[in-house]
Amino acid sequence: MSISIEDVEHVAKLAKLVLTDEEKEKFRRQLSDVLDHAKRISEMDTGETEPTSHAVPIVNVFREDERRATLSNEEAVSNAPWAVDGEFKVPRII
Amino acid sequence: MDYLTTIGLEIHVELLTNSKMFCGCPADFGGDPNTKTCPVCLGHPGSLPVMNRKAVESTIRLGLSLNCDISPRSIFHRKNYFYPDMPKNYQISQYDIPLCVGGCLDVEMEGYARKVGITRVHLEEDTGKSLHVGESGRIHGADFSLENFNRAGVPLAEIVTEPDIKSPEEARAFAQLLRSTIRYIGISDGKMEEGSLRVDANISISAGEELGTKVEIKNMNSFKALQRALAYEEERQRKVLNEGGTIVQETRHWDDAAGITHPLRSKEEAFDYRYFPEPDLLPVEPEPAWIDELRESLPELPVARAGRLKSEYGLPVEMVSAIIAEKALADFYEEALKSGGDPREIAKWIAGDLAALLNEQSVDISGSPVTPAYIGELVGLITKKTISGKMAKDLLKETFSSGKSPAKIVKEKGLLQIADEDELMSMVEKVIAENPEAVEDFKNGKEQSLKFMMGQVMKMSRGKANPQITSDLIKQKLS
Repeated sequence: MSISIEDVEHVAKLAKLVLTDEEKEKFRRQLSDVLDHAKRISEMDTGETEPTSHAVPIVNVFREDERRATLSNEEAVSNAPWAVDGEFKVPRII
Repeated sequence: MDYLTTIGLEIHVELLTNSKMFCGCPADFGGDPNTKTCPVCLGHPGSLPVMNRKAVESTIRLGLSLNCDISPRSIFHRKNYFYPDMPKNYQISQYDIPLCVGGCLDVEMEGYARKVGITRVHLEEDTGKSLHVGESGRIHGADFSLENFNRAGVPLAEIVTEPDIKSPEEARAFAQLLRSTIRYIGISDGKMEEGSLRVDANISISAGEELGTKVEIKNMNSFKALQRALAYEEERQRKVLNEGGTIVQETRHWDDAAGITHPLRSKEEAFDYRYFPEPDLLPVEPEPAWIDELRESLPELPVARAGRLKSEYGLPVEMVSAIIAEKALADFYEEALKSGGDPREIAKWIAGDLAALLNEQSVDISGSPVTPAYIGELVGLITKKTISGKMAKDLLKETFSSGKSPAKIVKEKGLLQIADEDELMSMVEKVIAENPEAVEDFKNGKEQSLKFMMGQVMKMSRGKANPQITSDLIKQKLS
């Protein structure tokens, strides 16, 4: 399965990546290879197989509705590249 | 040209829990920015979410209340998008296997009922809050934004309806009934103004069978706004089509002050959320016994209660809707009925004058100084003709402000209605003697003059004259 340059550009946009033309072509080839490899799985007959979303046979893992310690706002923003008065500061959105 | 209107709603309900959906941070409103956060709701690498049992239970109880099937197996998905109000760059939500599917809610309208299908009810996490800083004060043209993640991760149930709603009035009635249902089962406080209940609408109009292009409307912060926004949009679309134009599929923003919707300028790309199963959360497979237990925890729901009040007491739809809106009010009503008074009269006084007094003083029904027994007593006094309806209005106000029982006030103030025919007759005779013109008018068939003379007798008796007897006496005297 071969994907187009437009597909690469779309995925790059969704991932917020800026790619050069050379990179786009490189990733187009690499992503195509990955997809071709994965395509082999779809050749298998899985008619009798339940779709697997989780690999472990465990369900219903809950916590009780109880509060735990929180961070202070200084701690909360301590790793942020940009913060003011305990709030995360982000560049213009639109 | 005649158009049919088709409306579907998407409703978000913030669930009332102590802690957030996937971590132990407080889930309540307010607090200093980012003081209700931890590595999980801030999306720090290596932190793991764990489901809040109560949030799952609340969503299942909501689904059961809306006659949904509870999925035997349900999973969570990651909904990926870049927006700074989600620290993880994805929202944990549900996609193709939500907790609840395929329900309905019957909305009683004046003269007919509308069955609104419920497509699904799913559970997800709320986002944080952005404050856009700059001259515009809005997202467009902001210099930067400040992010507060106190709300990020608060459990949120999303209800999606089928496009079964046919008018803005039905949409409002549905939303109100849904809010009542949510409050009856106690899973949310359902405050639209504070955002714990958020309603988005999809609306299209069509001339034939085929549905028209739908437009999504957001930012309605009250039931009234919901109805107004939909009515505006209905009319806007009609105009566009009548002028030969076409409807553009878009999201529009309701401006309540201006009373219009306008398009949201967003990036022109179809959303591609790249949903995939959340690997950090395990599936939910509710045991039938657990579902039964949750079903048994439900109180009598508004729809059932409305049906019962209608059939048992013969109340009209509008009155029933007013009484059942709040569980506490409906409880108050049924308690007042124990007095043995006329159910319609009792409903009228509770939904009318008492509701107005409570509203005026911003008092909740649970804190009403007028008890259910007092309402029963008041209606009893009217039925026995001890007091007139007019006197009862004042009496209720006095009961409300003093907390004294109506019977006691009547006794203390000598507020007895005058029903003694001789006493009334002497007043009637006096009024007739003093108002020859009115008498003449009455004899010439002017109905208005009877009311005038009644008014004079009322004035003379300080409102205590029994209106029925007075009216009979005047007619008798002048015939």
